[in-house]
Amino acid sequence: MDLDVDLHEVVVLIGASGSGKSTLLRCINGLETVDAGEIRIGDIEVTASDVDFDEVRQRIGIVFQQFNLFPHMTVLDNVTLAPRKVLGVSRSDSELGARELLERFGLADKATDYPDRLSGGQQQRVAIVRALAMKPQVMLFDEVTSALDPLLVGEVLDVIRELKQEGMTIVMATHEMSFAQEVADRVCFLDAGRVLEQAPPAQLFGSPQHATTRSFLARVARI
Amino acid sequence: MLNIKIFLVAEFFILILSLLIALGRGLRAPVALPVRIMCTVYVDFFRGVPTILVILLLGFGVPALQLKGVTNSPVVWGTVALILSYTAYVAEVYRAGIESIHPSQRAAARSLGLSSMQTTRYVVLPQAVRRVIPPLLNDFIALQKETALVSLLGPIEVLRSAQINASANFNYTAYVVAALLFVAITLPLTRLTDWLQRRDTRRRMAGAM
Repeated sequence: MDLDVDLHEVVVLIGASGSGKSTLLRCINGLETVDAGEIRIGDIEVTASDVDFDEVRQRIGIVFQQFNLFPHMTVLDNVTLAPRKVLGVSRSDSELGARELLERFGLADKATDYPDRLSGGQQQRVAIVRALAMKPQVMLFDEVTSALDPLLVGEVLDVIRELKQEGMTIVMATHEMSFAQEVADRVCFLDAGRVLEQAPPAQLFGSPQHATTRSFLARVARI
Repeated sequence: MLNIKIFLVAEFFILILSLLIALGRGLRAPVALPVRIMCTVYVDFFRGVPTILVILLLGFGVPALQLKGVTNSPVVWGTVALILSYTAYVAEVYRAGIESIHPSQRAAARSLGLSSMQTTRYVVLPQAVRRVIPPLLNDFIALQKETALVSLLGPIEVLRSAQINASANFNYTAYVVAALLFVAITLPLTRLTDWLQRRDTRRRMAGAM
């Protein structure tokens, strides 16, 4: 597969379960080992044998399907842990930054709560804020709405919309086709670990070139 | 009371050593293989040997070697034996706790840029320790009772003085008193853990502190 993502671009990965969307995202920040091939972020080669993953990961924010907040920490500690321990920001400075971010995404009153007191949508927004607190250059979203109650999907997608407006570079895997259509600069259809087709959303959804893409979109449309 | 002294000293070392052993067994890097093997052998060995045997071996064996500059105190060697034996058990409790933390927690921490050690220190261990407090306390209580085994080496602790008393007067009330003493020591420990756990649950359910 060959995939380039430009600065400020929003690329959406679609495809059936098992087509390789998550694996691709996990390869980008080194959670999955790459057997062959090359991945670059800016001027860093992620797949180089001597790469410092801890450093690479500071530039990449990733948000997972299952939120993965740290249950033994308050929302504020969840968000400030990495800035404090990795970047060496002082507690007061990091908390200031964290509260600002939480405020922006409507979570200001949740700062001292523990994650299991929050709704799924709130937890996922905290997870996004936690990733943003490291000021990443790229954000990866791995089916971030798949585990959510349909009513809560909207609030999470709103956050992603806002990030796009700010010019964040985003790669996201999703099953939300209408959202993909709306927010993507480019949509990639993955099948069996390959990028079968990539095009701007209007083109990919309007006139897909491959039979596999067509049958996938038809199946999704029926749900 | 000698039993409590032995217990407290032993527990202090056990908690630290067993954590190191548990972490050693969890190392997955190829370079750390010797450490992992050593920790595994240690646990296998001391879980297999009866505690009473370790106590006899160290308590009578080491003084018999007549090493210079090494203490012959039965209390010291009895305590060391308890530490060696119980470290193996407690290490397994820690390890079970560490392994019960879902890998996604580690993935989330690593993806934020935390190093493997930072992830263990700030994300995995705090959750793991909280989960194993009840089994950990169980081992504490067992250890508190096993301090009586040190009496085999001769020092006058609770069981030993009960024995002396009983054989002098042909009156077994002393044993009953000793039994009640042991219950009295372990009881606060049990209540303490219950309380710790309740407090933790309440805190997390209440949201704010």
